[in-house]
This record gives sequence, structure tokens and C-alpha cells, in this order.
Amino acid sequence: MEYLFEIEGANFSVAGNASSTIKRALKQRNVDPAKIKRIVVALFEAEINVVAHADHGTIRVLIEENQVQMFVKDYGPGIEDVDLAMSEGYSTASNSVREMGFGAGMGLPNIKRNADVFEIESIKGLGTNAHIIIYL
Amino acid sequence: MLMNEIIKLIDARSVCGDVCTLSTDDFEFAFASDLMSDVLRLTYDKTMLITGLCNVQTIRTAEMAEINLIIICRGKKCDAQMLSIAKDCDICLLETDHSVYRVCGELYSYGIKPLY
Repeated sequence: MEYLFEIEGANFSVAGNASSTIKRALKQRNVDPAKIKRIVVALFEAEINVVAHADHGTIRVLIEENQVQMFVKDYGPGIEDVDLAMSEGYSTASNSVREMGFGAGMGLPNIKRNADVFEIESIKGLGTNAHIIIYL
Repeated sequence: MLMNEIIKLIDARSVCGDVCTLSTDDFEFAFASDLMSDVLRLTYDKTMLITGLCNVQTIRTAEMAEINLIIICRGKKCDAQMLSIAKDCDICLLETDHSVYRVCGELYSYGIKPLY
């Protein structure tokens, strides 16, 4: 099953809708609740990153027999130093993002903690591509 | 322990969900934070969230973290969108005028355990 979502930057009122849709789909498929939590937490953090940092982006989710793959692409400023961004506490988020309860530098580490595979590529000035796999 | 007792203890108002259907057997732990990424790190079930952050992302975070009771502190009021999403997700919401610190103190004294 494939799902595709368009994500609008800076619109926190609908941020999380994609992750919520995927959570419902996984529950309908009777996926192990512990796996669902890992998948949706990783996806939600990625979705919030797009909303917080990018002009816009897309999320593509493939629910397969033995794994869930998530492809998150954003058109934003890009990450200058991915290794640094992966460290807990490092953040370039704006005050408006912090007011929503995010932007403390935990997003990427939270994705990594929950993912079985987490690959991220970023080009400064163009955007960021993330590929997350969690095995079922 | 009954949820009614907790509501009385922290002078809370139930604004979403039938919180009285929950029992404190459902809530061995409480976690207090205004930082949602910290909430998303929780791995324990049976946890209630105490927070002063009152926006739609508070509800979405609870949804992803499998939290089904949120106590909103400092007199913050949930808006219609928050209530609608919480209802869809079967999340109970309590509002109280008390501070996060006071609510934590009351619940700790009452036997709700911290996570860390």
C-alpha cells in the first residue's frame, strides 16, 4: 500500500495529519502496537521537520509485507552539517517552532532511535531527502 | 484510586472524553514536559502527560506517543481543533488553573510515579 502526502511549510495546524493517517492504516492492518509507535514517532518527527524548516515537501509511505518505508523530501534550506544535526540538542529552529513544542534538537536523533535504517542527504539551499525503514 | 479523586485533587475540568472511564490502573506514571520531542522519546505505556503547552501539536504528540490522558496546566484553554482531534483519537483532556509544578507535586504525593 502506498500513501503520498504534500506537506506545507510553517502550517502547524495540519502538521501531523500524514502521520495520523499512517497510524490509522497500520492499526487497521493489525501491526504490532510497539512497531506502530516506532513508525509514527519517526514519521511525525520527520513531518514536523518539513513543516518547521522547509517551504514545502512530500512524504511517501510504502507499507509492505515485512517493512514500512518512508521517503521524506523537502524543499528547504538544507542541512549544512548532517553529522552535527544528528547530535542531540543541536537545532536551527525558529522561536515560532519552539513555541509549538519542538526545535530543541531532538528530531533527527528521535528518528534514528526508532528507525532500523535511516539515511539522510541534504544539499544546502535545495533541500533534504530522508529515507526511513522500520521492519515489521 | 479513582480519576474523580485526581480531578478533585488538582481542581481540574474534564473538557474531552469520559475521563471517569479511566482508572489510575491505566496510569502508573506521569511525565511533565512542554517539549514534545521529549514526550516522543517515552517508551513506557500507562503514562499521563502534564504540560503547559496548549496547541494542536500537544494532541498530535500524545496521539503518536500512545498517551490517552493530558493535563493542561496554567489555565490554558483547549481550542475547538484540539478538542476535535483529541475526540477522534480517544484522548481525554483535563484543564486546570494550577501550575505544572503544583500538579506534579499533588500527583506525586498521591502515588503516581515518575518515569525517571
